[in-house]
Amino acid sequence: MNGRDSHDLAVRVRGLTRRFGERAVIDTLDLDIRKGEFVALIGASGCGKSTLLRILADLDHGITGEVRVPQRRAVAFQAPRLMPWKPVWRNVTLGLPGGDQRRRAEAALAEVGLSHRSDVWPKVLSGGEAQRTSLARALVRDPDLLLLDEPFGALDALTRIKAQHLVAELWQRRRCAVLLVTHDVEEALLLADRVLVMREGVIARSIPVTLERPRRLDNPVFAALRGELLDLLGVSDDVAGRRAA
Amino acid sequence: MTSGVATLSREAPSPTLGRAVPRLRAEAHPHASVTDAPELVLVQPEAEKRRGLPRPLRRAIGPVLLVAIWHVLSVTDVLSPTVLAGPATVLSSAASLWATGELQAAILASLGRAASGLAIGGTIGVTLAVISGLFRLGEDLIDSTMQMLRTVPNIALIPLFIIWLGIGEAPKVALIALATAFPLYLNVYAGIRNVDQTLVEAARTLGLSRPAMIRHVILPGALPNALVGLRYSLGVAWLALVFGEQVNATAGVGYLMNNAREFFQTDVIVVCLVVYALLGLIVDFIVRLLERVLLAWRPAFSGA
Ligand SMILES: Nc1ncnc2c1ncn2[C@@H]1O[C@H](COP(=O)(O)OP(=O)(O)OP(=O)(O)O)[C@@H](O)[C@H]1O
Ligand SMILES: [Mg+2]
Repeated sequence: MNGRDSHDLAVRVRGLTRRFGERAVIDTLDLDIRKGEFVALIGASGCGKSTLLRILADLDHGITGEVRVPQRRAVAFQAPRLMPWKPVWRNVTLGLPGGDQRRRAEAALAEVGLSHRSDVWPKVLSGGEAQRTSLARALVRDPDLLLLDEPFGALDALTRIKAQHLVAELWQRRRCAVLLVTHDVEEALLLADRVLVMREGVIARSIPVTLERPRRLDNPVFAALRGELLDLLGVSDDVAGRRAA
Repeated sequence: MTSGVATLSREAPSPTLGRAVPRLRAEAHPHASVTDAPELVLVQPEAEKRRGLPRPLRRAIGPVLLVAIWHVLSVTDVLSPTVLAGPATVLSSAASLWATGELQAAILASLGRAASGLAIGGTIGVTLAVISGLFRLGEDLIDSTMQMLRTVPNIALIPLFIIWLGIGEAPKVALIALATAFPLYLNVYAGIRNVDQTLVEAARTLGLSRPAMIRHVILPGALPNALVGLRYSLGVAWLALVFGEQVNATAGVGYLMNNAREFFQTDVIVVCLVVYALLGLIVDFIVRLLERVLLAWRPAFSGA
């Protein structure tokens, strides 16, 4: 890598290894994410996606290899991880510098459709509401790298689409780099510039998605990519189709 | 609710009314038994479940019953006044102690001791707990020492305190301080160490500085345990107070009690015991109130 290239990067990972005991969950993994690039990461459950995300969030130091990430990062975890002792809006602005916190919290909560819940305790939120709060908490930070670990997992189909739009919109406005971990191949194809398939501790495949935005599910290229990804995940299209039906 | 369910099952013929259909099929099928049809259980709304006395009244039943039995035993002379004065006598001597101002003075003196002991002990306990909870170096230096010292019975230190501090207020306050420091230390320390690691991580990704982390994450997370510690501390503060006041006190509830012992006034002794109990109740009530206000966020089980 020469200097100019790495200047364009939001994430640069070389030879990253993470072991839990004898088992290397991440095994000499390389990864580049350009500034402003939207990358989706898919892979079987337990293959190490969250582990990789934690490392990029600077939360896991039991690693070998080189990892470079921007200073300003925001994370939405797989579980919402809200502080139970803070009302929803204070959770959103926790750690946020600058004044006018209430208004900024309200704005972020309005974006995820939760204005009416800003004063309640997290304990009364539904699973999806908690997840949207956690998403609002990440979005309000205006990061250079946004790390999302299955942030739409607990949402119903309609809210999910809204949340996807929200992330896409924010990304287009802010042009931050995004790493989105997801199990949903269609979601990955709708949102990402590039889909990474993780397997056996490395990025096994990196598939660019050059479709025009906004993307439509009925595009034939979309269907072809979807089939290819499902193949890579070891799911035959037939099974997936039946499941979806 | 009840009538609704009953009507549904009686109007069974319509196939859209679910449950009744398998039952009909079950009867038609020779292999299936009738027990295949699931029995419906009525979900009871809470409003219907709650019956009988309101809770504050229910809580009063035990104490009232106890006093009633005591009264009956006294008026029937089963309990002679030299063993234990009856409630009526106790009440009248409480009234006369109040009229002379002795009781108020004693209560104030005792409360003052308990409060200053608790303030000193609490400050020490909480400070040490925060240091050893937050820093591994602090833990190594403080925790083993505290764990060792806490096994020494406080009461056994009274003679030493008297030698060191004389027989005035100091040894009594010191005893209370010592007794209250440990429960607070143990619980605050455990509270800090029990704070959910995933929340600490989340806070770290939010860019919280170390002081902000302590203030917004660690201490609120330790608060439930800290309040448990406070409750224990208040309990032992009373205990230490009673013991401390047996030593050459010149004021306070314990002094009143010691005096009464000299003259076999079981009524005054009982007045003092009741005062201790009431003060304990009031303090407990205050802590409960604190818990309700400070822990409103907690999704905790509150008893069935
Ligand atoms: N702290 C840890 N100690 C031991 N093993 C761990 C630890 N954290 C993760 N693992 C293991 O590493 C593997 C990868 O975990 P990870 O959470 O990254 O999976 P994932 O790809 O995010 O899966 P999912 O899609 O189900 O969320 C799992 O087998 C998990 O058991
Ligand atoms: Mg995961």
